[in-house]
Amino acid sequence: MPLVHVEHLQKRFRVAERGGGPLGALRRVISREGRGVREVAAVEDISFAIGRGEMVAYVGPNGAGKSTTIKMLTGILVPSGGSVVVDGLIPWRQRTMLAARIGVVFGQRTQLWWDLPLIESLRLLRHIYKVPEGRYREKLARLTDLLDLGPFLDRPVRQLSLGQRMRGDLAASLLHDPKILYLDEPTIGLDVVAKERIRTFLLDLNRREGVTVLLTTHDMADISRLCERMLIIDHGKLLYDGGVGAIAERYGGERRLVVDLAEDVAAPAVPGARLERREGTRLWLSFRREEIGAPALIAALTARYAIRDLTLEEPDIEAVVRRIYEEGLP
Amino acid sequence: MRVYLEAARMSYRCYRTYGAATLAGLATNGFFGLLRSSVFIAFYEGRPIAEGYTLDDALTYVWLTQGMIMPLFLWGWLEIADTIRSGSIASDLAKPLDYFGFWLGRDLGRAAYHILYRWLPTILIGLIFFGIGLPGSALAWLAFALSFLLAIVLSFCLRFMINVVGFWTTDVRGIMGMVLLFVNFLTGFLVPLEFFPPALRAIVTELPFAAMISIPNKIFLEQAQGRDLLLLLGRQLFWVVVFVGAAWLLLRSATRKLVVQGG
Ligand SMILES: Nc1ncnc2c1ncn2[C@@H]1O[C@H](COP(=O)(O)OP(=O)(O)OP(=O)(O)O)[C@@H](O)[C@H]1O
Ligand SMILES: [Mg+2]
Repeated sequence: MPLVHVEHLQKRFRVAERGGGPLGALRRVISREGRGVREVAAVEDISFAIGRGEMVAYVGPNGAGKSTTIKMLTGILVPSGGSVVVDGLIPWRQRTMLAARIGVVFGQRTQLWWDLPLIESLRLLRHIYKVPEGRYREKLARLTDLLDLGPFLDRPVRQLSLGQRMRGDLAASLLHDPKILYLDEPTIGLDVVAKERIRTFLLDLNRREGVTVLLTTHDMADISRLCERMLIIDHGKLLYDGGVGAIAERYGGERRLVVDLAEDVAAPAVPGARLERREGTRLWLSFRREEIGAPALIAALTARYAIRDLTLEEPDIEAVVRRIYEEGLP
Repeated sequence: MRVYLEAARMSYRCYRTYGAATLAGLATNGFFGLLRSSVFIAFYEGRPIAEGYTLDDALTYVWLTQGMIMPLFLWGWLEIADTIRSGSIASDLAKPLDYFGFWLGRDLGRAAYHILYRWLPTILIGLIFFGIGLPGSALAWLAFALSFLLAIVLSFCLRFMINVVGFWTTDVRGIMGMVLLFVNFLTGFLVPLEFFPPALRAIVTELPFAAMISIPNKIFLEQAQGRDLLLLLGRQLFWVVVFVGAAWLLLRSATRKLVVQGG
């Protein structure tokens, strides 16, 4: 039995056309209908399963339905259709019971108390999750160490930098040893160093403690560094579910050879490769693994032209994902 | 239980970080207290008693109600609605918590702060400058404390319900405004309910709003003893039970159709 099991999940929002002032608002509350209700499908049809100990990236362009899915997985949104089961529970029906087994970080906002020192929020969480004192101390010491919280545990949260706050939020979501951690854009707005620190932490958490992680991000480096598997969605539908490495090879898996010719050539052409760009004597040739291997291509090139230099570029996920967003799956 | 106490303690500490706001608020309270006092002083010119209130009673009433403004916080409170609007409510709901109890705890912590730093100083101002009367026995103080607590819980339930309407509409501010229009009058904040025309008064004293200010005020003034006193407290308790029940039901139907805003 997978830890997370989602089948034909759907969420439609009913958006009331605004207007009518407070009286209109009151009427909408009472009648639930009001005038001009429009439906927005945030999640249309998504199915997937996540096993224990997996670390899965959940990717898609803005408005694809990622956050909406995560909210349904935590039980704070009721699905309009389909089914969700997380660790044997139905999230929206057994929200409070499930809450003790999951951790959530919404990167764009904080669950920490803004005006109080970070440590106070963590202490409250110990009581919320009923973590025994000894266990709490141990866990706090460990998280403080791994996330380097020491320097700012006693500072009010509103004084923390975004990176510090995010580390605080991560600690807050882990005090109770959740089985699953949902991370909705945990690296948003962070600089390279802060991102890397969080990635290292998450890798360690997943590898050593076996915490299952589902994370959304717009940073492809997060994915290639952290996840073996990714789900790509758009317009509320699943486009891809598979390996992170495999996607580059399967779709738009175009490699690229950058060639510096010794002299100018009028119309350079090599069978099996496509001339993508040229600037003077520099050529960008893209080619597919299935059609021609790199050595064969290089051999063909050197047979025809005098070559000064060569660089081989492997396809990057970013480009593949961008293409999928723009054109859908080939 | 411990969680709710901790929530109360933290909420208290949050408010304590805004000392300057407290001082400014106190000055405003004092100013309006002065204004309301002078209206009553003018009104009692050549009139020893009105509707059972002597001038001294009226002044006590003024400073008591000025002091109760912040502990009751009836004049606009959108903390929960704001978390619904911004979507940060998601974190609260993703926790094994009784949401109502959690916010009640937080609100009682807040009220404790406002009792200490707003109610108490306001009463002291009234005592020093207007010689207002205080309850004369420990028992009277106890009755008032209980009544005050019930009033705060009741006001919390009212505010909670208005905020929870935020699950259905983003225009909670408007609804809050409408309710406040009534609250000023119906609680007996602007004028004691005893001063209302008899027909109106008969209705208004039956409403739950009376249990928020009018009743604690009567008890502070020791206008009711023995059985009457118990009846007043019983009436407050009754409304607390009704309001807690209503708030619960409303919250349940709200969470059943949860919509959390924002990505
Ligand atoms: N409470 C809501 N009411 C109405 N529409 C909503 C609501 N929440 C989300 N939506 C809509 O549902 C769609 C999916 O939103 P969602 O927040 O899940 O996207 P996302 O994939 O998380 O995007 P982003 O990468 O920008 O965070 C969007 O079109 C959004 O406008
Ligand atoms: Mg989102």
